[in-house]
Amino acid sequence: MGVKKAITGAQAAAEAMRQINPDVVVAYPITPQTPIVEEFAEYVADGIVDTEMVPVESEHSAMSAAVGAETAGARAMSATSSQGLALMWEVVAVTPGLRLPIVISLVNRALSAPINIHCDHSDVMGVTTVGWIQIFSENAQEVYENLLLAIRVAEDKRVQLPAMVNQDGFITSHAVEPVEIFDDALVRKFVGVRSLDRALLDVEHPKSVGPLVLPDYYFEFKRAQEEAMSKVFEVYREVGTELSAITGKQYPFFETYRTDDAEAVVVVLNSAAGTAKAAVDAARAQGKKVGMLKPILFRPFPYSEVRDALRHVPVLGVLDRSMDFGAYAPVYSEFRNALWELDKRPALQSYIYGLGGRDIMTTEIEAVFEELLSGKLDPEHQRYIGLRG
Amino acid sequence: MPTLQEIALKTSGADARIVSGHRMCSGCGIGSLIKTVLAASDKPVIVISATGCLEVVTTIYPFTAWNTPWMHVTFENAASVASGVEAAYKALKRRGRIDGDVNILAVGGDGGTYDIGFQALSGALERGHKFMYLVYDNEGYMNTGNQRSGATPFGASTTTVPAGKVSFGKPQWRKNLVEIVAAHRIPYVGQAAVHNTLDLYKKAQKGFNADGPTVLAVLQPCTTNWSFDSALTMQYSKLAVETNFWPLYEIENGVVHINTKPSNRKPIEEFLKGQTRFRHLFKPGNEHVIVEMQKMIDDEWVRLLKLEESGIQF
Amino acid sequence: MSERKTWQELELGLALPAATSLGYKTGGWRVLRPVWNASECTHCMICVSYCPDMAIPVRQTDEGVPGKGGRVFKGVVRLGTNLDYCKGCGTCAHECPTKCISMIREEEAEQAACKL
Repeated sequence: MGVKKAITGAQAAAEAMRQINPDVVVAYPITPQTPIVEEFAEYVADGIVDTEMVPVESEHSAMSAAVGAETAGARAMSATSSQGLALMWEVVAVTPGLRLPIVISLVNRALSAPINIHCDHSDVMGVTTVGWIQIFSENAQEVYENLLLAIRVAEDKRVQLPAMVNQDGFITSHAVEPVEIFDDALVRKFVGVRSLDRALLDVEHPKSVGPLVLPDYYFEFKRAQEEAMSKVFEVYREVGTELSAITGKQYPFFETYRTDDAEAVVVVLNSAAGTAKAAVDAARAQGKKVGMLKPILFRPFPYSEVRDALRHVPVLGVLDRSMDFGAYAPVYSEFRNALWELDKRPALQSYIYGLGGRDIMTTEIEAVFEELLSGKLDPEHQRYIGLRG
Repeated sequence: MPTLQEIALKTSGADARIVSGHRMCSGCGIGSLIKTVLAASDKPVIVISATGCLEVVTTIYPFTAWNTPWMHVTFENAASVASGVEAAYKALKRRGRIDGDVNILAVGGDGGTYDIGFQALSGALERGHKFMYLVYDNEGYMNTGNQRSGATPFGASTTTVPAGKVSFGKPQWRKNLVEIVAAHRIPYVGQAAVHNTLDLYKKAQKGFNADGPTVLAVLQPCTTNWSFDSALTMQYSKLAVETNFWPLYEIENGVVHINTKPSNRKPIEEFLKGQTRFRHLFKPGNEHVIVEMQKMIDDEWVRLLKLEESGIQF
Repeated sequence: MSERKTWQELELGLALPAATSLGYKTGGWRVLRPVWNASECTHCMICVSYCPDMAIPVRQTDEGVPGKGGRVFKGVVRLGTNLDYCKGCGTCAHECPTKCISMIREEEAEQAACKL
């Protein structure tokens, strides 16, 4: 069907952007996201895309310019990581409030301090409350397809919310994998062009965007924003079905791997899910009935679907690649929340792994399965994989 | 040559780009300033406001005083949001999705420009976006009640650097924004004051029509926080110019041109008196502040004259 | 104040249609009111330029209107202050070159009229 290219996760993101050919791309460098905008800049320089590229002077200005462009009526995209996301946080919070369907690549990198350029999920887990659609990608193929999906979901009339497509810094962004790139014309047709209905540049219908709202109305605006978030599930399903026609793949809210008869399941996001699948296979080869669940759509969070998928599972270990200091880790929290309604809940264990780019080995996940199956759990205290001391 | 009659028609009619019903303080200088600048554009204007007086008083949901496309994001990014609007305009026009010409106007107060918005402004100017940046300079964070900014003058009392037993107010002079932006080699920067409508209008026209980024810095005496009677805004604006506290000049293609040269500049006391923020300077023990202020103003004026005379290009 | 909207009735994306502030009459703020003596006016447009509230309307006239010294002023002339929005700041009165505008207290407003 498509053409297979040996490319990195960053290049896969750039390929998606090339096919989308947005009106505006705003760029500011930060490791490990930079190769995305560098690759795209070459497309611009060679006339492969005719995007207006704006090399801004900080990430705060990057998201600000993206908001300006999107409000004006254009389709705007960008990419960032870690400290860059932290710097633009103020405008990241504004974006869904203004209902702007901006799509960015977030290449997950640890938040300072200490300063560290490697992968963990502390950057994204710090912004999950403000109202961006959050999609996670295990590998370069998923990065590419998720970006195409995200544009359509974000811009849907029922949604009109921004989306972040996450991928692991260095592990996915810088490693070469075979990625199938689908036909340009088919993809362009799928992605379409953004409607100018709300464009500020429509001078015939002048509007004022972003007024001050006092206590008499703020609450109602946020409720309207939440309503749009609730529509994402149905839109995601519809758009996924449409994308399937081009790619032949499915787009579920999460992927389950050998969970049907599993006696213990681990939950893992992004690249470590690949490692987990290998660990599942190794454990299964030894006769252990284990499985893995990989969240893909994390915001909005599909609580009832997750509950249905895991209701039969006796024990669940959730692997978080970030911490919420002084509280349960973010992914663990969501799964506890999802399973709360069950009369008979799985036993739970929280694990922290991979902070600051610390690798996780298949053997370590196999050890997790051992522990889960042993029943020696402590659901109120997280455990640390691969930590010295 | 524009006339006040032409300008009046533009600012008062049904097509006026800003209308009545806003919540500016009674006597606020921004009203006259912004309507004059908006009228100077011969194309539709897209306005991007930073958080501040103008943004807050003109758009308290569900009321908006803007009769032209307008947007607001946060405090420090009028210039970067404007950069995005300009990029979108170029892209959409190039792709044939929109037609017609527009002017893009980013507006910030001195706080949102000299301080928190400084980086975004510098970046936008360096990248050469075609837009005008208007700063309404009331010399402090006035929407929040007179806190010190990089534009607050020497000796002014603000709530964050108040005059007191061991302080005479702000111990630093203010940044020279006009020269800083001129150093970005932009085609035009003008310094104007709210009382001189024709000068302001002409400068705004130049700012809108230049082929590249431009800046217009306009002094806006603040009746509420400089603290004087609401009828005296224009009077204080005139005194600011007549004392050389706020010279009217422009830098066009890098060359300085002073528009008004008072033959006998008034002593700075004429400007300072009657403003509560400077009241402490007239108390015994603070005479040296006024002396120092006068010297700074006179030295700056001589320097400006020399710059103009030299013909040196920024 | 009209009935407040429910969340379902809100504009998408915090976008207001233009010029809705015309529905907010700031004239209620006034403590002082300007009284304009048209027979002393030269229609110089200074008050119009300075008014922060766009509360002095103008019109174009070819036949002109009588003003100071009995002269006829043609072109663009001012009309009476729009009291729906005038906040009574007093700038117009203070800056008028012929002093044809005076400020009186709102309470005395019944006695004042636009003298022609």
